[in-house]
Amino acid sequence: MATFKDFRNDVKPNWCPGCGDFSVQAAMQRAAANVGLEPENLAVVSGIGCSGRISGYIKSYGFHGIHGRSLPIAQGVKMANRELTVIASGGDGDGFAIGMGHTIHAIRRNIDITYIVMDNQIYGLTKGQTSPRSAAGFKTKSTPEGSIEQAVSPMELALSAGATFVAQSFSTDLKDLTAIIEAGINHKGFSFINVFSPCVTYNKINTYDWFKQNLTKLNTIEGYDSSNKEQAMQTLMQHDSLVTGIIYQDSSRPSYQELVPGYAEKALNKSDLTLDQAHFDKLVAEFM
Amino acid sequence: MINQLSWKVGGQQGEGIESTGEIFCIALNRLGYYLYGYRHFSSRIKGGHTNNKIRVSTTETRAISDDLDILVAFDQETIDVNYKELHEGGIIIADAKFKPVCPEDTKAELYIVPFTEIAAELGTSLMKNMVAIGATCAVLGMEISVFNDVVDEIFGRKGEEIVKKNMDAITAGYKAMEVLLGEKLGAMELEKADGQKRMFMIGNDAIALGAVAGGCRFMAAYPITPASEIMEYLIKKLPQFGGTVIQTEDEIAAATMAIGANYGGVRAITASAGPGLSLKMEAIGLAGITETPIVIVDTQRGGPSTGLPTKQEQSDLMAMIYGTHGEIPKIVMAPSTVEEAFYDTAEAFNLAEEYQCPVIVLSDLQLSLGKQTVQPLDYGKVEIRRGKLVDFEIEEPENKSYFKRYEVTEDGVSPRVVPGMKNGIHHVTGVEHDETGRPSETALNRKLQMDKRMRKLNNLTNTFQTPVYKNTPHEEADLLILGFNSTRGTIDEAIGRLETDGMKVNHAQIRLIHPFPADEVLSLVQSAKKVVVIENNATGQLANIIKMNVGHVNKIKSILKYDGNPFLPHEIHTQCKEMFEYGNV
Repeated sequence: MATFKDFRNDVKPNWCPGCGDFSVQAAMQRAAANVGLEPENLAVVSGIGCSGRISGYIKSYGFHGIHGRSLPIAQGVKMANRELTVIASGGDGDGFAIGMGHTIHAIRRNIDITYIVMDNQIYGLTKGQTSPRSAAGFKTKSTPEGSIEQAVSPMELALSAGATFVAQSFSTDLKDLTAIIEAGINHKGFSFINVFSPCVTYNKINTYDWFKQNLTKLNTIEGYDSSNKEQAMQTLMQHDSLVTGIIYQDSSRPSYQELVPGYAEKALNKSDLTLDQAHFDKLVAEFM
Repeated sequence: MINQLSWKVGGQQGEGIESTGEIFCIALNRLGYYLYGYRHFSSRIKGGHTNNKIRVSTTETRAISDDLDILVAFDQETIDVNYKELHEGGIIIADAKFKPVCPEDTKAELYIVPFTEIAAELGTSLMKNMVAIGATCAVLGMEISVFNDVVDEIFGRKGEEIVKKNMDAITAGYKAMEVLLGEKLGAMELEKADGQKRMFMIGNDAIALGAVAGGCRFMAAYPITPASEIMEYLIKKLPQFGGTVIQTEDEIAAATMAIGANYGGVRAITASAGPGLSLKMEAIGLAGITETPIVIVDTQRGGPSTGLPTKQEQSDLMAMIYGTHGEIPKIVMAPSTVEEAFYDTAEAFNLAEEYQCPVIVLSDLQLSLGKQTVQPLDYGKVEIRRGKLVDFEIEEPENKSYFKRYEVTEDGVSPRVVPGMKNGIHHVTGVEHDETGRPSETALNRKLQMDKRMRKLNNLTNTFQTPVYKNTPHEEADLLILGFNSTRGTIDEAIGRLETDGMKVNHAQIRLIHPFPADEVLSLVQSAKKVVVIENNATGQLANIIKMNVGHVNKIKSILKYDGNPFLPHEIHTQCKEMFEYGNV
């Protein structure tokens, strides 16, 4: 059995000291070990940005693609081999700006992968521009007078797109975050996890202290039922989405793979590539 | 008796024009005739003139005919738009409903048959196309019983009564026309065909069937004209092999999902047309630098932007060769017949895995959508070759290091493992990387990896099967005609006429566009007095590629057509002749 150490490699992340992403990396490694994975059975697909480098910092199969496209790549990997555990990850710019279309459609498609967003409300790698998660009025290099656009609310969007697993966490809550990632991996369908992961260099507003003061843990809300979509939406709205925990989970809906007619029960990449002549002749006869 | 016939049916889109042509063709194809069809249609569901021009021949034909023998018209516009194609002795069969009138200079004879009225009397005016088929039969002197099986297959599931009504409609059409024709009944009787059963399909069918035969088990695609038939076929067939098609949210998702699936070890394809290919470009670069196999079909149509979405053009050539920023190894193939489209698509999957790079199968609208009789496809010729895909147990690497997925090798191709394999862990990234896939920006590594990737295709022009289709009977030719994709049949036919005029003409169709088979093409260019490149674009893209690779800049001339319509044989014949006689183009 692999331990979290087996998911470590010797690459030193190029994140700034104090970056929230370190904890997300640690939580992913712990969760992978806790659910009983071996490194070769995990594929981490990531986007572009500071956080997008994460696939190179975890010892597993890793694919660092192009900006905003971690989800379609990850879905392709899962379709090729349903026996693999596939995690897609990246930043809020990757998932909610350039890749927003894929995020919404991956949610409604419900292929059994886990998507972890490291949400720091800023563009870090390009040195401090506004993100779709930046609050209105937020001053950055690209919004010197303050952002005049509204921030997106990914959790609310996910619920309305038909998500079957929606969760949010805070990078310093390593234990909670690890548990949520485990639950996400174990969920049969698309699991969407947004993690507040502060940028200590460029975001001086949404800091560790700011989150500590503003976040509410769902398990402190009396009677919160994560299978109740209406309550989930209401709670998000009441708290301006600043909640952590599993917001919503629907375990009854089958994943995409379970619904595809004729889809191989074993890994598709192990299927025979040849046809028998009779089968080919039958295909040809249809054109006669 | 005639040995070939050109028949066209036209009307408003959504009126069943397509199915009229389809039923007519299937029946004739089964009798052993060779058919070649080309549809004129618009980018809308209902309304707008549409027509289906079909050539019927007792010998192989791969070109649209210059003129027309029979025009079946469901509206006045059909006559107005098409009457000039009809020659002396030609026949127009028109529905009485729209009170057809022929322009004064019409050479053909007009026969007015109440298609709609006859059909309505038999139950529903929807059957007017069957009445038209019956009327055509009378001109051809053909037994209507040849339609028995086809009608039964198409309408059988709707019940016996519907089948009978449709056959009655054909009979009624025949009888009505018989009366009008009088002595001219069977005026265009076709010679008997050989009775061989052959396939009748569009290029996109062959591409899709080629993908199945080539071991493709996953497709990600977004609907677009003229590529959608490929995904529509595969969504029906791949489940028979455990695979599937995902219709993605956009073209970028289609390309990247297919890349993900290929990385995962499945042979996966995506297909689109120009606008989709423009969107896929960044992903193609990703496949190039990560050395991930992927097969991409581009069915060219009129560009740029939305351009002429339902019209013929060959203007994506440069974009397919050079598209994506930066430099990657890439293979661009261009089948010139439906048969080649089948074999090339199957082979594309081998090349993608052997060279671990994107392979583009280039088609064009005429090849992708032109429905035609196809020679038997030999599955025995299809191979599955997976290159350096590691299918054995990998030893545990020293110091728990990563697998050298990008090992610098002599041929530039490195061993490839797919996720799930023990001891094969490595990193994949679109960032420049070292042998284990770890990002590296050093100048030394950059050069090593760049050289490694680019030398993969060094020998491809020598190993690729038939990089150039050649019909070159002359050691010293007066003229060499070059083309690619669907122009092959039209050029063939024009050459027949040029030879009759006394010219020695060689013909080559470029099938491996990139890397370019320069040596082979150079020797052809050298052994001809004049050289002309035929292509459906405005800037002579293939001509420029050829000049770039073989020189002879002043010798190589162009004949171009970019009005949305395919070349007709007489256009190539006339322009080549003029060029030869007056020395210019």
